[in-house]
Amino acid sequence: METLDLPLIWAAILALAVFMYVVLDGFDLGIGILFPFAGSDTNRNTMMNSIAPVWDGNETWLVLGGGGLMAAFPAAYAAFMPAVYMPIGFMLTALIFRGVAFELRFKSKGAGRKWWGRAFNIGSLVAALSQGLVLGAFIQGTNVFGNQFAGGAFDWLTPFSALVAVGVASGYTLLGATWVVMKADGELAEKARGWAGRSLLFVLALMAMVSCWVLFLDIQASQRWGLAWPVIDLKKLLPLAPVPLAVGVLALWLNRGLQVTKSTYGPFFCTIGLFALGYLGLAISLFPYIVPYRLTVWQAAAAPNSQAILLVGVLIMLPLILTYTAYVYWVFRGKASADVGYTPATPGQRTETLNTGR
Amino acid sequence: MELDALLLARLQFAFTISFHIIFPAFTIGLASYLAVLEGLWLRTGNDKFIRLYEYWVKIFAISFALGVVSGIVMSYQFGTNWSRFSELAGNVIGPLLGYEVLTAFFLEASFLGIMLFGRGLVGPGLHFIATSIVAVGTLISAFWILAANSWMQFPTGHELRDGVFYVADWWAVVFSPTFPYRLVHMVLASYLTTAFVVVGVAAYLMLRRRALEESLTMLRMGLGLIAILAPLQLVAGHEHGLSVYDTQPSKFAAIEGHWQSYQGNAPLILFAWPDQENQRNLYEIKIPEIGSFVATGSWNGAITGLLEFPPEDRPNVAIVFWAFRIMVGVGMLMIAFGLVGGLAAWTGWIGRMRWFYPFLVLMAPSGFVAVLAGWIVAEVGRQPYTVYGLLRTADSVSPVSAEQVALSLLVFIIVYAIVFTAGVFYIWRIAAQGPASDTKPPPAAPAPTTDKKPERDPFKAMDELRDGADGARKEAAQHGNA
Repeated sequence: METLDLPLIWAAILALAVFMYVVLDGFDLGIGILFPFAGSDTNRNTMMNSIAPVWDGNETWLVLGGGGLMAAFPAAYAAFMPAVYMPIGFMLTALIFRGVAFELRFKSKGAGRKWWGRAFNIGSLVAALSQGLVLGAFIQGTNVFGNQFAGGAFDWLTPFSALVAVGVASGYTLLGATWVVMKADGELAEKARGWAGRSLLFVLALMAMVSCWVLFLDIQASQRWGLAWPVIDLKKLLPLAPVPLAVGVLALWLNRGLQVTKSTYGPFFCTIGLFALGYLGLAISLFPYIVPYRLTVWQAAAAPNSQAILLVGVLIMLPLILTYTAYVYWVFRGKASADVGYTPATPGQRTETLNTGR
Repeated sequence: MELDALLLARLQFAFTISFHIIFPAFTIGLASYLAVLEGLWLRTGNDKFIRLYEYWVKIFAISFALGVVSGIVMSYQFGTNWSRFSELAGNVIGPLLGYEVLTAFFLEASFLGIMLFGRGLVGPGLHFIATSIVAVGTLISAFWILAANSWMQFPTGHELRDGVFYVADWWAVVFSPTFPYRLVHMVLASYLTTAFVVVGVAAYLMLRRRALEESLTMLRMGLGLIAILAPLQLVAGHEHGLSVYDTQPSKFAAIEGHWQSYQGNAPLILFAWPDQENQRNLYEIKIPEIGSFVATGSWNGAITGLLEFPPEDRPNVAIVFWAFRIMVGVGMLMIAFGLVGGLAAWTGWIGRMRWFYPFLVLMAPSGFVAVLAGWIVAEVGRQPYTVYGLLRTADSVSPVSAEQVALSLLVFIIVYAIVFTAGVFYIWRIAAQGPASDTKPPPAAPAPTTDKKPERDPFKAMDELRDGADGARKEAAQHGNA
């Protein structure tokens, strides 16, 4: 084990877990955000049914992200979590509402149904915004003293974190919209193309703003990109320049898939590509910090034997998890529809024939 | 201020975990029950089993969702409210919880999708495998979480350097001495909890004369299980009690209500009102001489009294003392119901014992009461420590303000009140409706046991689906409506 850089490996595993979460639950939450724009109950049912079999598995990546952080970098977990106490609380309560809404919306009618639809929508939106606030607070840095959080209750709330929050929510909306493009057909798919086109503009604008802002947050990030004003270091900038350039290319491709070729799968996978590039950009800016500008992955690492024992589990289980996750997606491949999956509760469906007592 | 944040953080943990444990306790047992029902259907071809499956799986789905969302809260609370605990014990607890996510949560969550929505998309055999995987997943989950809890109750296999726990021996950490007792005790408790819910619902349906054939089946299966497991639980609980006697003397003294120490022949205190402040019991009712024997299995069993521990090292005696008696009381009732009900189920009289049904309905929530009381004994009894004897609860809490903890506690109370009331309401509505009980053929009923069944070959079925997925989906939807 001496030759392995365990903290680095663990940073990569956690990065993968968080990325999986962002993409997979991202489209779930995006669908929740788009819920009020669906136009009809049939469309809403189709949208919800398209994710009903997989949302639970998708959300498990969030637990792996939290649990993995605690296991592999307990010092980072302990220093950062109290810093985002409130947005984490918002996120959890929002996820409660939107999680149970899957079950309860289809089991209720009339006003109850409308209510759970709203819970699904608002829960998804608040969860997305809260995750953005957590990400913003993470990027802008945490006040740490002696491995414990030493800041105020509202440190997470800044113009920067608010901007990131809107960015994350629009990114999820784009993911959700392109997912609907892929999983629905006819009028709903056409509608989703419109949603995707509009949210793409938001996403690009916010990505650009956040990317520039990050350069001003800490000198280390701007130096990494060779953009520590007034010194522009082309030797650093040029090798990294393909990342923002690829964002532009991918965005154009995505737009073409939406407007020109009316591609089914293209937009969704282009969006995943955009997320991956944004993620990569952040990783370039922040590495090797796991609590930016305070704790590096090596400083915050758990004891080597603790990281090693769980690494064994990850190496065995993660390929297995990815395999059966892929299998579940494959089982539920193809277009979703309003009357497959959950079927809406309607009156007069009771079928007990032995009910002769009264 | 510091104490306030501590107390509030403890209240928040107690509140959220109490809500959470209700659902896993129920779904662990229910998942196994569903696997048994589906297995019986495949084996016998009797359609009542699949009707029961389709009925309970709806209730399972809601309970599972409630368990998942309340569980995510738990996994983040270690960081938000207990960051010092996470920092100091993270090397030990982190990997255990990590293994729970890797080996259980993903398994359950992924195959749940197939379990709930996959009928018609995968063959009956694969569907049964999915159900069984979910059932096994719930048990794996129980394994890891109880391994973590057992280590906190009686830590072994670690080294303590500068206040931080490091693992010296993983085997000793995972299989700490009290772990087998706790795991068996909890799994039995889950099965009993589910059995009493199933039996209670069946009795209600019998009273309403709904789905008589299916309800009778539920009664017989449930009561049979209770007749076996309830007495077993008494044995498991007693063995677990002996392990507490060996490992957690202050908790043991609080359970027994002993302030004084005894070298043997201690009295058995049945009821009392422990007075923490004045270090004595009020209104004590006790049986002299037999306490050592009942609690330790030996007339000469020495009992260390609470007075041997400094006041700041004692748990809240009244809570532990009373929660224990509630748990044991419910357990005794369960045994009585197991005896009567088991006999009735075995002889077949249960179908005509209408006078008995209201009692079964009343007993439906008994498992939840016992589980909650039992966990209160375990967790309050461990105080004032998070890691027994080594890390105080006061040194585990996050450096966050009392206001934040209070506010989030308030929000959680409101949210849980809304969401869980709604969840229980919908569960009740489905339960009261009863299973479908008509003669309509259920989905793709299999022929009995071992004849050739090419259309049930999962891979071939999937090949067909690749071409005709739409048709199959429609079919599945119709079954969903059934």
